[in-house]
Amino acid sequence: MSLLQKALENNEFAVTAELAPPKGIDFSHALQCAELFGERVHGINVTDFQSAILRATSLAMCKALIDMGLEPVFQITGRDRNRLAIQGEMLSAGFFGVENLLALTGDHPTVGDNPDAKPVYDLDSVGILQAATLLSQGVDMGGNKLETYPSFFLGASVTPEYDPIELQLIKMQKKIQAGAKFFQTQAIYSIETMKKFKELTKPFNTKILAGIIPLKSAGMAKYMNKNIPGINVPDELIERMKKSSEPAKEGIKIAGELIYELRDKNLCDGVHIMAIGAEENVPLILDEARL
Amino acid sequence: MIISQHKPFEEIKELLKDSNKIILIGCGECATVCKVGGEEELVAMKAKLEEIGKQVTAFIVPETSCNYLLVRRDLKKIKDTVSDADAILSFACGDGTQTIGKLVDIPVYPGNNTMFVGEVERVGVYSEACKTCGDCILGLTGDICPVTKCAKSLLNGPCGGAKDGKCEVNPENDCAWILIYEKLKKLGQLEKIYEIQKPKEYSKVAHPRTISLRDGGAAQ
Repeated sequence: MSLLQKALENNEFAVTAELAPPKGIDFSHALQCAELFGERVHGINVTDFQSAILRATSLAMCKALIDMGLEPVFQITGRDRNRLAIQGEMLSAGFFGVENLLALTGDHPTVGDNPDAKPVYDLDSVGILQAATLLSQGVDMGGNKLETYPSFFLGASVTPEYDPIELQLIKMQKKIQAGAKFFQTQAIYSIETMKKFKELTKPFNTKILAGIIPLKSAGMAKYMNKNIPGINVPDELIERMKKSSEPAKEGIKIAGELIYELRDKNLCDGVHIMAIGAEENVPLILDEARL
Repeated sequence: MIISQHKPFEEIKELLKDSNKIILIGCGECATVCKVGGEEELVAMKAKLEEIGKQVTAFIVPETSCNYLLVRRDLKKIKDTVSDADAILSFACGDGTQTIGKLVDIPVYPGNNTMFVGEVERVGVYSEACKTCGDCILGLTGDICPVTKCAKSLLNGPCGGAKDGKCEVNPENDCAWILIYEKLKKLGQLEKIYEIQKPKEYSKVAHPRTISLRDGGAAQ
């Protein structure tokens, strides 16, 4: 059983941190960040060409983390691989000892840095979960039996700030039905959002990690509000960032306070920290959150 | 309706660089409706080609350019002109262009890009509506096709990429799944959205596909 699964099943407050493989072949900075996370996180969530930007693959990074004795959460999207490739990646992940898998739709190639790539989407996130569930029962999607097969602790994503929210909840239920045992949310910035979302998802009896993106500046907050679906940074936080003489530090403080309050009020089962390029700050955020 | 669009004239010029005597062929169906292959467009194209020194020796608009027998009949009528021509420039869709190509021994060049199967919203405005996936699920989605109208062809609901109900890929487009949700709610069929749709069975739609109603056979 993975650390993450154990933590969630034991009702510990779980922490995962996101890490992107490098755009290039030098993994050293990413691996140094991973080392900094160390035992303070229950899983290091490795992105799969996040924002449709070409990088080294998620699975390669997962393997590198396992070699360091760290526990990855293997992200896989439906954007670039058909069901043959996705199942193949899952078998390979099983061989490497990957235990956590997070299924995502994937940002469309046109928003990324190789915009002419063919969008695949043979499987949607529900289909990816179904594939993983089938494999863990020793059968592939073609109905063929496998002698040996992997078993994954399956996760998916959800967006609490969404209109109409019922549509997110419906898809969430489909993901649960397809095998998802935990969810990480799009970044949230208000306690109120998670309070409402917890209420709405109570009947699903699933585990939810609140998404945390530390702010780096007021400009970043405004940019995200304008451009990133599902993100809503409240004005008072933007004000706080504006007033601060050290906005990066303020962002870390805000993230830490938010995590502390989420945990204190029992509004989620853990957090998923996406530091986007400032991964070395993750331990500082956890310090602020008293974790 | 098959929606086509004229190729840039520069590209047409390049295709015709070794041809002088040219026949223009349009199509009386879709290409006429979307104003790229009717008589009017062929007359305009004739003038443009003559301006660059080409000789347009005939132009015809078959009733349906993707109908093999009809096009054969029409081409027979201009048999001598065809054997004297260097090339045919087709303003049918890609389908019609290939039908014409089967019937002559000279090159047939496409004057159009075939864009999509879509709706004529009003004159001159077309929108893609059907990807001809071969396994219609409109009955489950309130007559809004997620295969076509969702940029990712998602079958089980939206991604997280909708901003104010608009698609991340093209903010001009509504999120198909929000439209489907609203429509099913209106129809009192929201329960349909809860069913998990299995991934498509692509083995059933390996192309090129053919259907024959002959010999007692029904559509497969």
